[in-house]
Amino acid sequence: MNKPATGIPPASTYFMVPESEREEQHTLAVVVDNEPGVLARIIGLFSARGYNIEQLTVSETEHDKGISRITIVCRGTPKILAQIRNQLSRLVPVHSVADLTMEGEPIERELALVKVRGEGDKRIEALRLADAFRARVVDAHTGSFVFEITGKTRKVDQFIQLMKPLGLIEVVRTGIAAISRGPEAMKM
Amino acid sequence: MLPMGFSKLSAVVDVEDEKTMTQEITGAQMTGAEIVLQALKDQGVKEIFGYPGGAVLPIYDELFQQDEIKHVLVRHEQGAVHAAEGYARSSGRVGVALVTSGPGATNTVTGVTDALMDSIPIIVITGQVPTTLIGTDAFQECDTVGITRPCTKHNYLVKDVNDLARIIHEAFYVATHGRPGPVVIDIPKDVQFATGTYTPPEKVRHRTYHPQTEGDPQAIEQAVELMASAKRPIFYTGGGVINSGPAAVAALRALVKATGFPITSTLMGLGAFPASDPQWLGMLGMHGTYEANLAMHDCDVMIAVGARFDDRITGRLDAFSPGSKKIHIDIDPASINKTVQVDIPILGDCGRVLEEMLRLWHEKKAEPDREALKRWWDQIDLWRARQCLAYENRNDVIMPQYAVQRLFALTRDLDPIISTDVGQHQMWVAQFYGFEEPNRLLTSGGLGTMGYGLPAALGAQAANPDKTVICVSGDGSIQMNIQELSTAIQHNLPVKVFLLNNNYLGMVRQWQELLHGNRLSESYVEAQPDFVELARAYRWTGIRVEKPDELDDAIKRMLETEGPVFVNVQVANVANCFPMIPAGHAHNEMILSEEVKSSEEAGV
Ligand SMILES: Cc1cc2nc3c(=O)[nH]c(=O)nc-3n(C[C@H](O)[C@H](O)[C@H](O)COP(=O)(O)OP(=O)(O)OC[C@H]3O[C@@H](n4cnc5c(N)ncnc54)[C@H](O)[C@@H]3O)c2cc1C
Ligand SMILES: Cc1ncc(C[n+]2csc(CCOP(=O)(O)OP(=O)(O)O)c2C)c(N)n1
Ligand SMILES: [Mg+2]
Repeated sequence: MNKPATGIPPASTYFMVPESEREEQHTLAVVVDNEPGVLARIIGLFSARGYNIEQLTVSETEHDKGISRITIVCRGTPKILAQIRNQLSRLVPVHSVADLTMEGEPIERELALVKVRGEGDKRIEALRLADAFRARVVDAHTGSFVFEITGKTRKVDQFIQLMKPLGLIEVVRTGIAAISRGPEAMKM
Repeated sequence: MLPMGFSKLSAVVDVEDEKTMTQEITGAQMTGAEIVLQALKDQGVKEIFGYPGGAVLPIYDELFQQDEIKHVLVRHEQGAVHAAEGYARSSGRVGVALVTSGPGATNTVTGVTDALMDSIPIIVITGQVPTTLIGTDAFQECDTVGITRPCTKHNYLVKDVNDLARIIHEAFYVATHGRPGPVVIDIPKDVQFATGTYTPPEKVRHRTYHPQTEGDPQAIEQAVELMASAKRPIFYTGGGVINSGPAAVAALRALVKATGFPITSTLMGLGAFPASDPQWLGMLGMHGTYEANLAMHDCDVMIAVGARFDDRITGRLDAFSPGSKKIHIDIDPASINKTVQVDIPILGDCGRVLEEMLRLWHEKKAEPDREALKRWWDQIDLWRARQCLAYENRNDVIMPQYAVQRLFALTRDLDPIISTDVGQHQMWVAQFYGFEEPNRLLTSGGLGTMGYGLPAALGAQAANPDKTVICVSGDGSIQMNIQELSTAIQHNLPVKVFLLNNNYLGMVRQWQELLHGNRLSESYVEAQPDFVELARAYRWTGIRVEKPDELDDAIKRMLETEGPVFVNVQVANVANCFPMIPAGHAHNEMILSEEVKSSEEAGV
């Protein structure tokens, strides 16, 4: 009687089966009132319901109105992603939620600061690659550099990979900021 | 990623667009504690439930010096919250609880979670240590907003006395708009002492929170067309109809009558449609009736109204009403397509949407497919004929089902408010007490909180002083908030407790019997108090009844006796609550009682 059936979502702990639908990665933009605890509410929503956040970027965008914009990259089946949008939009301090991935391919950029130990040939190679990737040197010492690179996640990944054999010391990344293409603004 | 870097900014008043709205109408200067009382009065609050302590003394001091707001002193903060819930559910108004910081606040967590799960609009005001001490592990400090963030609809920590009135008014707005729920307001003690400006509850336009109430006309039209073409339709209604209020109830009743469709409801929706009506199929779900569950399984058009496809309703999801087109009216976008994919979602207040459906139904002169509908009703009547709630009555011992039936028979004319605790007795109330009106059943559905019943009854009695309020409880549950017996005496709340005492955690025992090889692990309660003596010690009237032929007298005495009365009904120990769909099973895999099965075999 208590044997789990296969291929169906669980209706109780007597039937635990994994979700089998294909997962997708989506980028969401969430406009919120910049009040205390708002970020905790959003993070709590993800952790309480077992949704995955891959990236999260927050900053105030309209200071005089006290509005912040949060970019979230998350994974889930289409059903879960729809739930995430609905759950986010019912939070009291949330103005609006947009699934930028659904609306088309959004522009996504992130910034990384990459510290590299570089001497001799390796130093020259690092500089050459940085140039090719349009990374800027923002700090230089005789034995090290800090590069600033912006771009799509993949480009930043690639740059970091290439720096590894050349003496990568430390990396910090912002997570992406994303915006839709075309003339439309996000609905408020 | 921490919220630390966030500067604090006003949330309600859009200063630029709505300059005139609140801050401009500057009110009087008051202390924070005075503001709390004034704001509650301006919100129409007459009773609050609470328990004092160091961090709320300024507010209690103000309470003492006025008599517009009555304070009911509970005996445990959990009781205050359940009382506020009972107050809210039975009256349609917001329930308010007031507690101190630290342990006062943590004691409310179960009640607050209960209100979240069952969509009950309540406000819980908690005291907090002074702002200067927050974060220092001060005496009776706890992170109340942190602890209650996941179990409230919204919560606030008030750091500036000038925000206090606005926040309280906003809290009432949030608790009652959209899907109702609990809101916690945490007020540090120095904010209660500080002097600031009172903001009256003008029509403040909330900056962000504006739930959609009008349904999409196109979707409503599609829904009406689908209904008119249905051959095997059913209404599946829930607590949202009661949340929405009397207009939704009236519209639902009218639409069900106009269409002639059968209707079932969840536990939370009982009473929205009268149980005595021939179109009523009884409750659905795990302990729902045979006819309701099979009709849900076999229907071709389902009209879900303010119900959230809980797993106690759907059972095994892939087998849930596999052949039907589903219409779902709900005010919460997250309720739609959460567990069950529907064909026509309608986001909005079900009262507004049902009224619109009714208007369209008449405007289109829609006619149901009479012939198909007749065949459908014939089928339903066959299911009904199985009498799925039948049980074998006895004359040596009181069957719990019989006790509820007699209670119903002898109290129905009083139109009482019934609260329950959690367990078998709760389900027997749902099955055997015929609710004719909304807001009469107070029960913990979503969280299933044992200990809810007695304080909820007290809250309901406070809101409805002239009504009969009866708490049907179990021997396990009653002991989870038994201390509230004392509250009833202090505040002259003449509630009745009707205890179905089976000496077992009956619902647990039933699951163990049916699903765990009858290994009754810790479900027998060996050392019970003598409940009648216990009640008397609290200065209640205690009545003991053990024989079926004494039951009616006991109920009559309970009703005739003034003041709180506790009736210990000793019932059959190991009765089971049937029908039962074991968790995760399909609607047509229902377990019926032996009586029903044997009458079947005998060809009855
Ligand atoms: C021991 C036990 C056994 C149980 N067995 C059963 C059982 O057999 N059958 C059963 O039915 N339940 C049973 N329950 C209760 C069950 O767990 C759920 O609480 C219940 O089914 C949920 O009811 P609901 O769907 O009406 O939702 P509610 O929790 O009442 O939610 C209301 C829904 O309506 C929406 N809503 C709110 N306001 C509005 C509005 N104005 N307009 C439109 N929509 C609105 C909300 O967004 C939500 O989706 C049992 C509970 C216990 C403890
Ligand atoms: C606070 C809490 N703890 C545990 C449970 C699990 N539980 C559900 S029903 C039940 C038994 C209730 O026993 P009783 O109140 O005697 O009611 P009966 O089922 O016997 O009618 C238990 C322990 C619960 N619902 N709530
Ligand atoms: Mg019991």
